[in-house]
Amino acid sequence: MTKVHVTTSINGDETEFLCEPHDTLLDVLRNDLSLTGTKEGCGSGDCGACSVTLNGRLVCSCLVLGVEAEGAEVGTIEGVGEADNLNVIQEKFLEHAALQCGICTPGLIVSTQALLAENPSPTEEEARYYLAGNLCRCTGYDKIIRAVMDSAETMRGEVK
Amino acid sequence: MAVVDYQAPQSIEDAIGILQKTDIKSKVMAGGTDLIIQTKSQTADPVRVVDLKHIDGMMSYTLDDGGMSLGPAMSCAEFTTLDDVKAVYPGLSESAYLIGSTQVQGRASIGGNLCNASPAADTIPALIANGAQCVIEGNNGERVVAVEDFVTGVAQNCMASDELLKRISMPRPAPGTSDAYLRFIPRTEMDIAVAGAGVSVTLDSSGKCTAARVAIGAVAVTALLVREAAEALIGTAVDEQALDAAAAAASAAAKPITDRRGTAEYRTHVVGVLVKRAAKIAAERARGVK
Ligand SMILES: Cc1cc2nc3c(=O)[nH]c(=O)nc-3n(C[C@H](O)[C@H](O)[C@H](O)COP(=O)(O)OP(=O)(O)OC[C@H]3O[C@@H](n4cnc5c(N)ncnc54)[C@H](O)[C@@H]3O)c2cc1C
Ligand code: FES
Ligand code: FES
Repeated sequence: MTKVHVTTSINGDETEFLCEPHDTLLDVLRNDLSLTGTKEGCGSGDCGACSVTLNGRLVCSCLVLGVEAEGAEVGTIEGVGEADNLNVIQEKFLEHAALQCGICTPGLIVSTQALLAENPSPTEEEARYYLAGNLCRCTGYDKIIRAVMDSAETMRGEVK
Repeated sequence: MAVVDYQAPQSIEDAIGILQKTDIKSKVMAGGTDLIIQTKSQTADPVRVVDLKHIDGMMSYTLDDGGMSLGPAMSCAEFTTLDDVKAVYPGLSESAYLIGSTQVQGRASIGGNLCNASPAADTIPALIANGAQCVIEGNNGERVVAVEDFVTGVAQNCMASDELLKRISMPRPAPGTSDAYLRFIPRTEMDIAVAGAGVSVTLDSSGKCTAARVAIGAVAVTALLVREAAEALIGTAVDEQALDAAAAAASAAAKPITDRRGTAEYRTHVVGVLVKRAAKIAAERARGVK
């Protein structure tokens, strides 16, 4: 099978890669570009561990073909913050202990960033609905929601 | 299926040209939320994916006095933020908002939901309630098929392999018209309908129902237009008695199966309840849009 050459932008950096037509964007990110922050849970759109933004829209990267990234803008967890310069949402997840095993965390943080970009003042119910496609096997969600609501408040400048 | 080729044509003509190639099977893709999962299935027969998202008009819409013309590949995430559409077809907007999660809606389209033809597809009853038509393009030109006739079976529609859905069009509702869509699922999000109901009603200035369309989903091989349920509403003030008669007609038309989501008996009952509630909401809305 001939590989396809794709030019795309990932977290603002122009990136080129070769992929098979059947490779998903998730496959490409993890296996070819070593961007392993994006996780695979189900591979079928059910768990949200693979959440990324594609041209500004939150999607499951397991349900996007790698070739579709041509000319597009992709945002992954690696673009949210850095180890020595965490994003507010990342700090709040740590502060509220909103993770245990951590497999759902990158997807949740990418999704929370998308939520707060669309709606800086979500109600708890709105946040829970928006994030319903991000499954967590460990935390029971309460700490996650606390971290999300606190992130929203902090980002609005209403520091407690 | 194994994807061995990917094409992103810029025009409908080019897309139809690709669909006519006979070397390997081609599959049209909109958001891919059904198709990509299907390509991961066991069988390895090669398939070419023809992405529609780069074709002008596939991702846009127009809404005017004549009604709406919708590009079938527009994401539900975008569709559900169109306030002008929501004002005219609130039930259709709600049905798109029920599909999967935020992430799934970021890609899933109404055209894909319709073409994929799942018995439980959420937008199909809402489209039928609004009298939507499928504008199909193929090598022999264009043809128009009503949504209730478009889906022919489980995962089957009336298009040939070298045809595609070009537009979804629906008339501008008459003054005093509104719609609603409700489904029942065991959870509050991320599940497939056990039963669904889309209802559109038109009320005159005295509150009498002059026209109605009732469609039910997930209770037969395809979504069904239930004329008897609409007739039970027409000529009434959409009062309790009329709503009960519409519910009974919907339950009588249902031919559900029993599966792990619900028994046939349960679905038959629930679809009537949903028709009643959806009709009530549609009527309330219609009273507000004189
Ligand atoms: C986690 C998850 C949850 C879901 N939840 C729901 C739900 O609650 N309710 C629901 O109804 N569905 C649900 N779905 C199913 C799916 O998301 C919808 O059916 C969606 O609307 C399909 O749209 P798409 O653009 O992704 O279609 P695609 O996957 O691109 O296409 C679907 C099918 O239609 C064909 N097709 C698409 N567009 C055209 C066209 N213009 N012309 C000809 N053929 C075309 C394709 O060839 C394919 O066979 C869910 C899916 C997932 C993964
Ligand atoms: S891995 Fe993509 S949704 Fe689970
Ligand atoms: S922390 Fe383990 S799945 Fe969420």
